[in-house]
Amino acid sequence: MDSSSNLYRRKGPLVVFLLPAFVFLLLFLYYPFIQNVINSFSDITGLGRPAEGLNDPWYANYVTLFTDPKLRTALGNTVILTVCTVVFQVGIALVLALLVDSIRVGAQVFRTLYFFPIVISATALGLMFNLIFLYNGGMLNQLLLNLGWITENIDWKNTDHFMFTMLSPVMWQYVGFYFVILVTGLNNISEDLYEAAALDGCTGMNRVRYITLPLLRNVLCTCLVLAITGALKVFDLPWVMFGAGMPQDQGWLTGTYMYDQTFNRGNVDYGSAIAMLIVVLGVVLSNVANRVFKPRHDM
Amino acid sequence: MKKKITPAKVLTYVVLTFWALTTLYPFVWVILNSFREKGMIRKDSFSIPMPGSGFTMDNYAKAMERFDFGNAYLNSLLVSVSVTIVVVIIAGLAAYGLVRYRFRLRNFLYSLIMAGMMFPVFSTIIPVFRMEAAWGIASSGNRWLSLVAVILPQIAGNLCFATIVLMGFIESVPIELEESAYVDGCNVFQVYFHIIMPAAKSSFATVAIFSFLWSYNDLFTQNFFLRVPREKTITLLLNEISSQAGVDYGLMAASVVLIVIPVLAVYVALQKHIIKGLTAGAIKG
Repeated sequence: MDSSSNLYRRKGPLVVFLLPAFVFLLLFLYYPFIQNVINSFSDITGLGRPAEGLNDPWYANYVTLFTDPKLRTALGNTVILTVCTVVFQVGIALVLALLVDSIRVGAQVFRTLYFFPIVISATALGLMFNLIFLYNGGMLNQLLLNLGWITENIDWKNTDHFMFTMLSPVMWQYVGFYFVILVTGLNNISEDLYEAAALDGCTGMNRVRYITLPLLRNVLCTCLVLAITGALKVFDLPWVMFGAGMPQDQGWLTGTYMYDQTFNRGNVDYGSAIAMLIVVLGVVLSNVANRVFKPRHDM
Repeated sequence: MKKKITPAKVLTYVVLTFWALTTLYPFVWVILNSFREKGMIRKDSFSIPMPGSGFTMDNYAKAMERFDFGNAYLNSLLVSVSVTIVVVIIAGLAAYGLVRYRFRLRNFLYSLIMAGMMFPVFSTIIPVFRMEAAWGIASSGNRWLSLVAVILPQIAGNLCFATIVLMGFIESVPIELEESAYVDGCNVFQVYFHIIMPAAKSSFATVAIFSFLWSYNDLFTQNFFLRVPREKTITLLLNEISSQAGVDYGLMAASVVLIVIPVLAVYVALQKHIIKGLTAGAIKG
């Protein structure tokens, strides 16, 4: 494809296309972010207070990053969360999208239902899952007791179970999100292609393997990048359900730990350094994802 | 169209139905328990509450009486609708410019957008707050200005995601269409509004829905800028309720339902348009 077609040779209109978006980006993302970088080297003791000069040494917060055991826990949990997000959220969404794409009756109902959880705010979901995972009389404990699978209540938020309790609502909520993106992508695949393939005897699993998945590659790649960056930023659902690092400082995620340091402990400069770490990790990981699943522009 | 029932088809429906149940049942459970008498939730939360055996409307009466839902809905809608409109317009233009033009800064600008997606809102909110306070819109005591103070950073927060998604879809619009429109005498803006936007209609709808929901459901930014009771949005109201309700699980369940039901109603109504957009937007190759 000749990308420098005549239509796009005059660059004048570009200003109109790009200016509004990048003014917003610079004012509300990049300028504050640079402030944040400066903050991460400064000594700030409280939320509303100005910096009292640089830290001594100026990179002190970044040394702490490597020695802070709570941050190590947060990173470990976040890595687990990221892997689970990619495998389960995108995986389940892909399976569901392919299945819905293959049926006619009821497809619309399923699309409507799967998107359900995303419509609801994390605050409401957190409250709902707190009721569901309640120790005494929660939905899950009552269900398992009634089925006779357990004999006494399980404390879903103790050190043995908190991972499941924290991750499953996050997974569950966003499957529908990737589902919608993938279904949109599937809809953009031309019916003629499938018909041509069917004439050549390519149906069922082969059709998925040789036509659908390759054509879905761009969209899948978008999903992966969104899943990775999204996982690093997960905040509200775990925060509403677990608060500050429960149980026993084992439940930290990078998002919740940063929030806690900044807003509850007034450790604004260290919080800024953690934010830097999140950004760097996001850039590196999504670049890796992009490289592995390199989107193809020749289709 | 074949109407044979194959094992594969049955399995497909079983899997799809199972996932549908997991998305639906928790809400049904909460709705049931919002009608249950105090104290009954812990004993038996699965039966259907009937008049005479645990059914009550008290939880709703209490919630409506103690909290101002109407005002909170108005605030939420004002914020989210504005964010959605601006994001769709700005992100669409930027995505088109980045996909179709080849210029020196292109890769650099693209990485700016990619990197912009990684910024956690925690890392930008304090400087943004200071900046907006200097402009006189944050913490001014004026309800409308406070809402604008939330709207601006939320637009920036949704912009990167919207642009990336739209770029993905605009890329798959066959460029030949645009070429022929150009040959017929259209300029770039006409091409954008008459070819690109209709062709990528489904993705514009998708982006609009997500911007709306994220803005509506965002707790963090709203919490930071909206402090006065009459500025409170629905998410803030719920947060307040959850800290006040304590162990009154019935009140909690009723509040969740009051907040969830209108959103679901709007969603179910809009859903038809989304689906229409999804299928109508399918690009004829």
